[in-house]
Amino acid sequence: MSTSTSLLIGLLLLVLLALAPVDLNDFGVPYPGLRRYGTYILTLWLVTAIAAMGVNLIVGYAGQETLAQAAFVGIGAYLTAIVTKAGVPFGVAFAASGLLTFVIGIALGFPALRVQKHYLAFVTLAFTVLCWLVFRNEQWITGGVMGIRDIERPTFLGWPLRNHIRFYWFVLAITAIMTFVLWWIVRSPWGRAFTALRENPLRAESLGIDVRLYTLLTFALGSAYGGMAGSLYAPLVEFIDPSPFALGPSLLFMLMVVIGGSGTFLGPFVGAGIAVLLPEWLRAWETWYLLIYAVLVMVMMAFFPGGIVGLLSRLVARKARS
Amino acid sequence: MTALLEVRDIEKSFGGVRAVCGVSFDVREGEILGVIGPNGSGKSTLFNCILGQLVPDRGTVRVNGRNVTALRPSRLNRLGVSRTFQLLQVFPELTARENLILAGQEHRGSRLARLFGARDAGMGAEADRMLDFFRLRRLEDEKAGSLSYGQQKLLDAAMAFMSGSRLVLLDEPAGGVNLTMLADLRERLEAINRETGVTFVVIEHNMEFVMALCSRLIVLAEGRIIAEGPPAEVRRDPAVIEAYLGH
Repeated sequence: MSTSTSLLIGLLLLVLLALAPVDLNDFGVPYPGLRRYGTYILTLWLVTAIAAMGVNLIVGYAGQETLAQAAFVGIGAYLTAIVTKAGVPFGVAFAASGLLTFVIGIALGFPALRVQKHYLAFVTLAFTVLCWLVFRNEQWITGGVMGIRDIERPTFLGWPLRNHIRFYWFVLAITAIMTFVLWWIVRSPWGRAFTALRENPLRAESLGIDVRLYTLLTFALGSAYGGMAGSLYAPLVEFIDPSPFALGPSLLFMLMVVIGGSGTFLGPFVGAGIAVLLPEWLRAWETWYLLIYAVLVMVMMAFFPGGIVGLLSRLVARKARS
Repeated sequence: MTALLEVRDIEKSFGGVRAVCGVSFDVREGEILGVIGPNGSGKSTLFNCILGQLVPDRGTVRVNGRNVTALRPSRLNRLGVSRTFQLLQVFPELTARENLILAGQEHRGSRLARLFGARDAGMGAEADRMLDFFRLRRLEDEKAGSLSYGQQKLLDAAMAFMSGSRLVLLDEPAGGVNLTMLADLRERLEAINRETGVTFVVIEHNMEFVMALCSRLIVLAEGRIIAEGPPAEVRRDPAVIEAYLGH
């Protein structure tokens, strides 16, 4: 797909998403717009997709492993909650969340220079458990299991975002910017180097590609996406406790990427959509949701390793050939 | 001519096995040197020691007079040394053209400039030239993984020249390549050497290929050099015949 076509489709999707919570009946279109809860779910999907994009960069593009994304989301969320309650503007908290998780991501990337695959997954898993213990036990700053409540939604350039639709638009705009940034990175020579890292690091190194630097860079960027997603998550839910940042949600981020399509640009959006929306649709089945999700993951991994986006791409390619 | 590559007293052991024992040789600028020897004679270990993929127990490697012993492969590549591997090492999910661009992109501009600059990192014209030179133009948009073995070998070799390296080490370039493609590969390598003066060190088992391509040969057996000289001379050397035929 050419650059201009990609941008055009992206812009069209952005407009459609921006209109999703708007009542269009006044404009002669029979669409009442999403209600408060629907808008909240859509915002949660966007925030989750940002974190999943980070995982996709680390796992899908660069071929590394991470089970630490929920921890980075947690770091961003706690940092934002703590400093905004202390009076620091949201913009500063958001930037600080990205920066802090970028730096921690570099540190977490160092084991990736020595260990690979499941060993690396275990290292990142240990990091998640460590962070979760800090969130739970360091009550003096995190509030422990009671968490932090009454997190204010920010004001943007004097425009209060208390209203759910305004906050949704704000998150949508940030998601669009972060999506564009990642799209730019993966289509640049950096993206090609990340792919080389995934496919053949030995050969990549022999071609002058600094495998160490690019490995650290993927961890740093991917983790920063997690941190910034967390920074948006805190004012969205207005209350945080350690449970969404434990090992289970970290595994879920990995599964989102697998289900959506690892190494495909739209995969994290599809995977996050399933992870956020499926529980809503399957609410009547309660805990059966996890079983259905597990079966879906197993089927995808066994028969469609490219995920839903990979499967659709194959179908489109087959149709084009015939 | 000056020595572009100087290898001195390289030694490498794995546990109790001495894979390379005190190997020394020079490679002159513009030369095509062949390194031959029976399986297990230490050729690939020697290559990996020269290229920083293995750290030698002893000895030094100099390129253009600069000590590059145990230098990381990526830094060595930026000093103008490229290699190919015994087994195919293209990037299967990238197209042939992208493989070539990737092979040269780290040599153009700063890393930040590559992020904000052109998608082909300014390597498009060079990639086109290489596609034409290796007669891969019609396959430029094909994924490398879908090319035939011989075509991938050509692409693999072409990638080694994208960075403008002055010294290229080829590890069994003829392995598994059919006769027609083999002639093509040899002719292309000779042409590059003739036209640009790039220096080659070639490990090869295919005697016909290596005898025709190289101007000088080094023969390794049990980690040591047992013969050195022009191909015709080496071919007649009793020590070489014994090493290949056994006792």
